[in-house]
Amino acid sequence: MLKLTGLSKRYDTGDLALTDINLSVPAGQVMALIGPSGAGKSTLIRCVNRLVEPSTGAIELDGQDITRVRGAKLRQARRQIGMIFQNYALVERLSVMENVLSGRLAYVGFWRSFLRQFPASDIKQAFNLLERVGLQTMFDKRGDALSGGQKQRVGIARALMQNPKLLLVDEPTASLDPKTSRQIMRLICDLCREQKLAVIINIHDVVLAQQFVDRVVGLRGGELVFDGAPSDLSPDILTSIYGEEDWSVVEDKDEEIEEDTPAPAGVDIAGAHP
Amino acid sequence: MSSAGTGSASPSALEQQRIAHARQGRWRPLPLVRSQHWRWFINLSVLLYVVLAWLSIDVNWSRVAQGMERGQDFVGAFLRPDFTSRGGEILTGLWESLTMTFTATVIGVALAIPVGLGAARNIAPMPVYFFCRAIIAITRTFQEIIIAILFVTMFGFGPLAGVFTLAFATIGFMAKLLAEDIEDTQKEPLEAIRATGGGWLQWINYAVQPQVMPRLIGLSLYRLDINFRESAVIGIVGAGGIGATLNTSINRYDYDTSAAILLLIIVIVLMSEYLSGYVRKWTQ
Repeated sequence: MLKLTGLSKRYDTGDLALTDINLSVPAGQVMALIGPSGAGKSTLIRCVNRLVEPSTGAIELDGQDITRVRGAKLRQARRQIGMIFQNYALVERLSVMENVLSGRLAYVGFWRSFLRQFPASDIKQAFNLLERVGLQTMFDKRGDALSGGQKQRVGIARALMQNPKLLLVDEPTASLDPKTSRQIMRLICDLCREQKLAVIINIHDVVLAQQFVDRVVGLRGGELVFDGAPSDLSPDILTSIYGEEDWSVVEDKDEEIEEDTPAPAGVDIAGAHP
Repeated sequence: MSSAGTGSASPSALEQQRIAHARQGRWRPLPLVRSQHWRWFINLSVLLYVVLAWLSIDVNWSRVAQGMERGQDFVGAFLRPDFTSRGGEILTGLWESLTMTFTATVIGVALAIPVGLGAARNIAPMPVYFFCRAIIAITRTFQEIIIAILFVTMFGFGPLAGVFTLAFATIGFMAKLLAEDIEDTQKEPLEAIRATGGGWLQWINYAVQPQVMPRLIGLSLYRLDINFRESAVIGIVGAGGIGATLNTSINRYDYDTSAAILLLIIVIVLMSEYLSGYVRKWTQ
């Protein structure tokens, strides 16, 4: 589905953000990308939809090379890649419905979108998605009238309106409370498995990731240092990704829940520095 | 998932209708004006007014034909601007204008900062807010020419009246835009610095100033630019500067000299445009 070969990114400032990344994600797989702040997680997913231009290497989507495509070809490629953002990135002065329908912009012409004359099938799909994320009565509300969790639901609906093959998710839960975080993760993973999408989720919260994803990839200093099942994440491996730290909190979590003591909500491992 | 996050209030009849329509694939954005009658009324009124206003313009075509020739003379003079025959006067005028502009901008900005702080709703108490907004309203009500006439009457002909005029106008302009910028600052840093227990001035210095500084510098340079152009206009009513020289040359039908002055003004404004672009990039 998605195949990265020898992908590197050097910023104009000279910082090497990614070094020789080789990675492929099959359709229907939910993959978490973990690693400390500044490891290059955001750069990696932004290279995939070319919000950031990769320096060397190749990006293949469904067998088509999109590393150097431009203009209409690039837009065609982006249309197949949905993106969900950390701070929701809704256009807050547009209504919820307009935000969701903006996911169809690559499918309708300028005048149609300017006059808000979307095809009935698009509006039906938008409504169904809003129903699915539980916001079917809110579509006339303005973006800024929603709570954080609701905004992220609209962000999910907008990304899925593109009928993407691949979904890029950048820290979807970083600004949300633990309960909403779990709901959002479950929603993203359920929807993607239903639609057989390949998904890359950048996430700080390792415990949360372990519960929902099929595969975990660890980045450190722009290099791929781990690729395996969520259950393979041992304290040693976490140390190799994040650096030295006492990881016992993560391991003890299950016992604590059994003992019915309040579990630390959403242990934010990335916040711990080596 | 549907249990989470939906509004608990039951939707009205209109909302229910819109939901039913959206389910079938029919959706239009909510119109700004809800009532259809009102929408028609407003649109027709605007159209009617435009038509009536257009018909009320009275054009004297023979006068236009005459004026075209004079206009041509004036524009033609730009092809042969005369910098030399009145060179001394132009130079004195320009120098005077630049001095007036600079002095007035510095005084105006210095006075505008406290007024702007007071006129920002998010940091000033209500009475101060109203007082400072009143100052802004007063300084912005009168056009520069009117203020210039007043100051020329008070202080006599010359650049002093010009400096006061430009400084006065700068206060309203800068204070208003600065206040709006302060109102748009991020709330979180303001809370964080207040939470440290620092004093009001420290709060302004640490939380507000860093957020508004680039815009304050950009606006000051923009106002410098405006003041220079205004100095050419207020000179016409006797407030000194290049405007006085320009006015004299126009009265003498010495369009070649006028053209030279206008070209110099364009060059200086262009230079300040590039300068402000550079400075703003540097202060970001």
